[in-house]
Amino acid sequence: MKFTEQHEWLEIEDDLVVVGITTHAAEQLGDVVFVELPEPGTTVSKDDEVVVIESVKAASDILAPLDGEIVEVNEAIVEDPGKVNEDPEGEAWFFKMKIEDISAMDELMDDAAYKAFIG
Amino acid sequence: MDELKRTPLYDLHLSLGAKMVPFAGYEMPVQYKLGVMKEHLHTRSRAGLFDVSHMGQVILRGDGAALALESLVPVSVAGLAEGRQRYGLFTNEDGGIEDDLMIANRGDHLFLVVNAACKEADVARLRKALEPQGITVAYIEDRALLALQGPEAEAALAALNPAVSEMRFMDVATVELCGAEAWVLRSGYTGEDGFEISIPESAAVDLAEALLAQDAVEPIGLGARDSLRLEAGLCLYGHDIDSTTTPAAAGLLWAIQKVRRADGDRAGGFPGAEKILPEIATGAATARVGLKPEGRAPMREGVPLFEVEEGGEPLGHITSGGFGPSVGGPVAMGYVPAQGAMPGTRYYGEVRGKRLPVEVVPLPFVKQTYKR
Repeated sequence: MKFTEQHEWLEIEDDLVVVGITTHAAEQLGDVVFVELPEPGTTVSKDDEVVVIESVKAASDILAPLDGEIVEVNEAIVEDPGKVNEDPEGEAWFFKMKIEDISAMDELMDDAAYKAFIG
Repeated sequence: MDELKRTPLYDLHLSLGAKMVPFAGYEMPVQYKLGVMKEHLHTRSRAGLFDVSHMGQVILRGDGAALALESLVPVSVAGLAEGRQRYGLFTNEDGGIEDDLMIANRGDHLFLVVNAACKEADVARLRKALEPQGITVAYIEDRALLALQGPEAEAALAALNPAVSEMRFMDVATVELCGAEAWVLRSGYTGEDGFEISIPESAAVDLAEALLAQDAVEPIGLGARDSLRLEAGLCLYGHDIDSTTTPAAAGLLWAIQKVRRADGDRAGGFPGAEKILPEIATGAATARVGLKPEGRAPMREGVPLFEVEEGGEPLGHITSGGFGPSVGGPVAMGYVPAQGAMPGTRYYGEVRGKRLPVEVVPLPFVKQTYKR
């Protein structure tokens, strides 16, 4: 698993990258009540706002971690946003993307680096 | 920036795992370990303890204090029986609302609770208007204020002193709690039955701990306080009401008793009466309404409301909005044109560039459970 400074996790699954938010981010957000996911087929550039996530108190954006195309989204978290708090690094993934340059993953933080990042 | 103040319960909040945030000049708990959603639901099903010591407590003493206060509020204060309290409003010359407050008649004095962010202005306003009339205005600095809210609030407080069970909604009484003299008000701002308790600072932690020691009681932060009062359809000063909203527009005419209205025995005599009283007959141009977004997306403060799905100018806006844990979906309040304030009227709120349908609904969103 790799991590971004925006508190997303990325994991390679077959030829796709699965993206979600970290347990740390989910704890900071508090109770998630609404998730708006992109349309599958959307082409995104790194740092595009792709997901809106709202907790009881506030709205936040989730940014595209890398350039690529969104190919699948997790409708289950739209139906039940509370899953994001229950299992952020497992069942509550956000979307799967096809990325143009898999080597871009190397630039991201590993587990130890992310732990140090969040202190 | 001024240093943030702390309430007498500050250390207790930290020990309970509170997340502290700056609020109206104080470091206040926004949530504890349960989180906003569970804290909200716990208050609705059992009992929640809130630290509201940041709010202002003021005592007015002197002959004619009630009549003197009527020069600042459109409320019948002289008609308030001893041992009772009521909701009031400070108004301005334009008919707008400067703050909302609670007024209690405690026999030889009036006890006021005002909003934290307005308390300095309120005390200045009271001093200016009342001191020349021989009324003393004392700002209380040595008492904490706790709120205990929810269906098990009575049982929890009665465990410390059974006398509170005698109290009905809007009663005020002096009750011994944890060896201290507590001023107990049977009211609150969550839509639930409950109490607000003014207690000397020295006994505040003891009282909080004695309540929290009971199974039914959990500490609740400002996050859930906000979603609870929104579901209860209650105005938050600075958001749903402010110096530009009139009592008629805000739907607060129930707070203006007949005796202060045109043809009443003590009609007018408060700031803005010449704007506020005619509006009771003619109505205001805008109206505060409950709004239920049809989808799942919360519509928050500032979201503009349109009559149509595309084009046009906004007709209104949302003043408070978010997710209502007891409702299980988004809830909001806002202002719309008075002729478009009927429940069932549909508007479109623009959220992140998209117009989403929202319907006018009756307030409150959650049935109030006051013990009358």
